[in-house]
Amino acid sequence: MQRTRPVGDVLLKVDDITLSFGGVQALSGVSFDIRKHEIRAIIGPNGAGKSSMLNVINGFYHPQQGQITFKGQTRKQMRPHEAAAQGIARTFQNIALFRGMSTLDNIMTGRLLKMRSNFLFQLAWTGPAEQEETRHREFVEHIIDFLEIQSIRKTPVGQLPYGLQKRVELGRALAAEPELLLLDEPMAGMNVEEKEDMCRFILDVNDEFGTTIALIEHDMGVVMDLSDRVVVLDYGRKIADGTPDHVRGEQKVIDAYLGVSH
Amino acid sequence: MIYREAGQFKTTYRADQAVFPILQDRIAILLILAVAFIGVPALASDYLFLAILIPFLILSMAAIGLNILVGYCGQISLGTGGFMAVGAYAAYNIALRVPELNLLIVFLLAGGCAALVGVLFGIPSLRIKGFYLAVATLAAQFFLDWLFSRVGWFTNYTASGSVTAPQLKFFGYIVHAPTGKYLLCLCLVTVAAVVAKNLVRGRLGRSWMAIRDMDIAAEIIGIRPLQAKLSAFAVSSFFIGVSGALWAFVYLESWEPLAFDINRSFSLLFMVIIGGLGSILGCFLGAAFITIMPIFLNQVPAALGIPLSTATVSHLEFMIFGALIVFFLIVEPHGLARLWAIGKQKLRLWPFPH
Ligand SMILES: Nc1ncnc2c1ncn2[C@@H]1O[C@H](COP(=O)(O)OP(=O)(O)OP(=O)(O)O)[C@@H](O)[C@H]1O
Ligand SMILES: [Mg+2]
Repeated sequence: MQRTRPVGDVLLKVDDITLSFGGVQALSGVSFDIRKHEIRAIIGPNGAGKSSMLNVINGFYHPQQGQITFKGQTRKQMRPHEAAAQGIARTFQNIALFRGMSTLDNIMTGRLLKMRSNFLFQLAWTGPAEQEETRHREFVEHIIDFLEIQSIRKTPVGQLPYGLQKRVELGRALAAEPELLLLDEPMAGMNVEEKEDMCRFILDVNDEFGTTIALIEHDMGVVMDLSDRVVVLDYGRKIADGTPDHVRGEQKVIDAYLGVSH
Repeated sequence: MIYREAGQFKTTYRADQAVFPILQDRIAILLILAVAFIGVPALASDYLFLAILIPFLILSMAAIGLNILVGYCGQISLGTGGFMAVGAYAAYNIALRVPELNLLIVFLLAGGCAALVGVLFGIPSLRIKGFYLAVATLAAQFFLDWLFSRVGWFTNYTASGSVTAPQLKFFGYIVHAPTGKYLLCLCLVTVAAVVAKNLVRGRLGRSWMAIRDMDIAAEIIGIRPLQAKLSAFAVSSFFIGVSGALWAFVYLESWEPLAFDINRSFSLLFMVIIGGLGSILGCFLGAAFITIMPIFLNQVPAALGIPLSTATVSHLEFMIFGALIVFFLIVEPHGLARLWAIGKQKLRLWPFPH
């Protein structure tokens, strides 16, 4: 794979993260890093703690122990909207779109953090408020073109088929122009064709916008094709970390996956 | 007239973002405004103004306020009557204590007071949702009822507890004819509707709807639940407060706290449910429906030679409302406004089924 932007320095580093819910130990002492411009996969059997890890990274869960360093700044915890303001966006394993709103409005909402016109201009829909609306609309239309969802622009997302909803959700995350994009099983439940489209979008996002991506995925073929490096979790612990080829050969990984059907 | 948008190409995003992107809709709205501002004042009777049009307009404004909170932001409220009362008593007291102030400013300040009170009672919404929030706003309603009937300062210590609004005087001109009052309400409601529409289709409105549809995802996008919810409470209560002031000053003229009791809250909630949650047009449809229906029930059976007693009529009213609420909540939560939109969609394609 030829990439226009080489993998750079460490963008995010999680260090010794431990998270438990009552008696359930979701993560125990997990450490790894994500480098700029890379596609980093997080894999593991069901219940391994993958989603929990993303939730920790974007401030939705607060770990009992450990530290997160993002863009050189170390923190223990933050609110999700603060993480968003710092440039972390994500999609969810179970689609979390705004069902009552159109595709366009969903993606426009993804740009909310970039809009700051004054309340008085907003209520009159003039001046800076209107210009801002048009400017962001243009940007959002680029995303719509990019994801090839022009025809469903004005459709309430609740009415869309599953595969398209996943695409809109990616669009909403992209609208924030994130530095780090967290994708939780973006291809789950898709057919082969939809998966191929989604793979193409992910690669293009990474390549054209230089977005760093952390990706949870069960489909090993996809993981091998897309990712630069892979973290493997099992029962909340990291059991392997490295290039796809390296990880695939590790005995621990093979054991973890043995007997687990996907 | 043929309702078609073929040939109307939107060449700019600006045009596509217009409130009425389709030419026929623009013509229709201009016609409605022309009738409302010119036709009606020339033709309508005093009865029509005082019994139907003025309450319809004022309740539409209150419904817009409530719809912002319930329909757009998804926060339930049973305290609307109380917030209207805040507007009414705030306007009364400001006008009483600062008589030289222009009444328009008095109304705006009254809205501001209601907004503050709304934010205060909206704070629990940060912690609780749904049923529990409904109970909390119900408590607000009862507290405000109590406040205005028990604390003499608000009613200027009148013995009966009933207060009378001052003359409607604007820029030295006294409005007392029904036509004048109607036009006053019409102007204010038109402005309120435009402002509300601008807010809900922009940044603020999207943050409200995001909170309504999926608050967790909203927060992850960077929306602060605190700001979004409290701004919805503030804007909503502002409109409700102004409408309360108008209800008191223009419609009732003299009133007691009972005018703003829990029944008012319920009737407004019915309006937005029947009219359509999350639709500004729906506020008008719902308000029209609820104002006109009792009159319809009173007159039509009598005209058909089936005289109904007043008691029967009010029972019927409750039954019909009840049935409609159930119908809309189950079948069409977006109310009359959605039925209207579906009708329009059908018309666009007519006579072809697809
Ligand atoms: N909010 C929560 N409350 C209680 N337990 C939780 C919560 N979130 C996750 N867990 C538990 O933490 C463990 C890890 O869950 P997580 O969702 O992170 O797994 P996963 O690797 O994403 O699995 P899957 O492949 O099924 O999505 C599970 O045992 C789960 O039950
Ligand atoms: Mg998961």
